[in-house]
Amino acid sequence: MTIQFNDETFRGDFTFRNSEWAIKRFPFPFHEDSYMYSVNMEPHTSYRPGSVFERTFDVDEHYVSEMKDRAQVLADDPLRCQSLPHMTLAGWDLVELIMEAKAREYPDLFELHKNGNRWRWVNKPLGIDDTFTFLDESTLPYGPMEYITRQTQGDFAMLDQRDDNLWMDAGMVTTQADWSLDFDIGMNFFEWHAPVPKAHEMGIFVRALKFLLNIQQGQPARRLNWTMTVNPLLDTSPENYHKWGEMKQDLTMENLGSKQHLRVELQTFFRLPRSNALVFPIRCYLISFNDLVTVPKWGRRLHRVIRDLPEELATYKGFIDNRPMMVEWLSQYDDGSPTSDGIWADDD
Amino acid sequence: MSAGTAKLNVTVAEVKPINDLVTRFKFVRTGGGGLPTFSGGAHTVVEMQDGDITRLNAYSLMSNPADRGAYTISVRRDDQGRGGSKFMHSKVKEGMEMVISNPVNLFSLDLRAKKHLMLAGGIGITPFMAQMHQLAMMGGRFELHYSVRTASLGTYAKELTERYPGKVHVYHDDQKEAIDLPALLANQPLGTHVYVCGPKGMINWVHGTASEMGWPREAVHSEEFLAPASGKPFEVKCAVSNKVVQVGEHQSLLEALEAAGIDAPYLCRGGACGQCETNVIGYDGKFLHHDHWLTDEQKAGGKHIMPCVSRFEGKTLVLDR
Ligand code: FES
Repeated sequence: MTIQFNDETFRGDFTFRNSEWAIKRFPFPFHEDSYMYSVNMEPHTSYRPGSVFERTFDVDEHYVSEMKDRAQVLADDPLRCQSLPHMTLAGWDLVELIMEAKAREYPDLFELHKNGNRWRWVNKPLGIDDTFTFLDESTLPYGPMEYITRQTQGDFAMLDQRDDNLWMDAGMVTTQADWSLDFDIGMNFFEWHAPVPKAHEMGIFVRALKFLLNIQQGQPARRLNWTMTVNPLLDTSPENYHKWGEMKQDLTMENLGSKQHLRVELQTFFRLPRSNALVFPIRCYLISFNDLVTVPKWGRRLHRVIRDLPEELATYKGFIDNRPMMVEWLSQYDDGSPTSDGIWADDD
Repeated sequence: MSAGTAKLNVTVAEVKPINDLVTRFKFVRTGGGGLPTFSGGAHTVVEMQDGDITRLNAYSLMSNPADRGAYTISVRRDDQGRGGSKFMHSKVKEGMEMVISNPVNLFSLDLRAKKHLMLAGGIGITPFMAQMHQLAMMGGRFELHYSVRTASLGTYAKELTERYPGKVHVYHDDQKEAIDLPALLANQPLGTHVYVCGPKGMINWVHGTASEMGWPREAVHSEEFLAPASGKPFEVKCAVSNKVVQVGEHQSLLEALEAAGIDAPYLCRGGACGQCETNVIGYDGKFLHHDHWLTDEQKAGGKHIMPCVSRFEGKTLVLDR
């Protein structure tokens, strides 16, 4: 197998780590020295070999351990995975999308053999070799969405489209940045984004919804979003805030480099063919500040972005209290020299 | 980025006249391989190279959505139209290579429905054919009421009656048969969704009757693609691309923008999806709005136009394109 999978944890002793390979391909989200809120959507096409944008579904060294973490979250709280009855077909769409993409793009890790509706799926990293009947739920150990997303990194929001709106009617959500599937399920786009206080923000939401409603088959889209997390925690759910919220108070100048993580979400958007539903895979990447500053351009730029970020945004993203310490720590890595445009490191 | 741009290269595998007006076309992927699956109700936009004019028409996919071997559409000849359907009938032959768009669905089934009640008029039968395939496969409950002019113009009526015994009801205009809509709607189980595809009058009748009988708006679905209307030629200034474009008598504004190399998004080309909505920067004259998309208020406001079906009469029109 081409990828060396880490044996690591995202809780307790936090043994999560990024190899040099993972650092180099990290989706650093800032293309300039400042950050403005924007929709920043682009077509989800293969881009830059080796980058996280190369494949339909990125698989990296954290795969096996992330799947173990997901299984543990689900064992503790089965409500992290839910699907309303009319979303089963969308679940099969997702099975097909992921299996076909992974078998095509990672032939050394995944295989899909079809004999009519009789499919055999081989997932070598997780040691799975299952034969089932496509569209027959009784032939799988879980519902189709749960089955495939227990084997795929990232959260999944499954949206039904009707009445010119999107409805969060299914999902697998175990690595979220502070939102809850159990709370949002069954809500429409405006409900799960509520409250939207200002008319002008309402305008942005209406435009974003229009964009999403028009995502077409064969033309997936993507965007990056980011936040901060203390410790490499995947599961920062509101249900568990009492466990992770207080970790924010553990930061010191000494441990900040290893404890403070930039958390980047690669959000992708696909139209599903049979159900006409939309699926939003939300893949979470974590990087410690220590690792991040090994790329000089990123260290310099992150310092400037965090320093100049409007107060509301730092509050909204939940790190306003730690910002002064973060800025001070990062300033050691900012010599004031200019940074180049774009998100990639300079050495290539 | 134009929305309608993801293309599929296909070869015409079969051209089959079905009756005096309707011809069926079957497409397979050029060079082999499967086509994308789709959902019942989806359409594809077919590109036609008609001399130096490129025509693009949207047609509902009528084949089994799970069959990735081929797509099938049916085209009704419209002698009064601008030429797209005539091109399909007269120029498209087996073996010809064509370009079509990925499937787009603006008329999908509501999968929460306990029962799907389908009302078709004429060529409006095609999206239901794919939906019935899908529902039959999923074990969904459905019923079709299909109104045709005469038995000989009852496109696929016989085939459907045989394929779905007891579920298909055909009404012949020439025998004075008509769907008894109030009775039909009154006898549906709770959780039924109604779908209508056919002429404008039929669509309005179904929406109107259902709403009078207290049906929730969300339980009644319709699809109607409008053919772009012909009209007096006019001139448009495109502010962003800094071009002046002439729109011909039988050309749509959208087609004229495309011919001038201006990026103009679209999905349905039939006034239904909203994708082509364009801001008007200035005008002196009157709009001929033909779309289903803009509200009456927006239409009166003079700030938006849907270039796929709407026109303009007057001195100047400046668009944000
Ligand atoms: S392209 Fe759909 S409304 Fe104009």
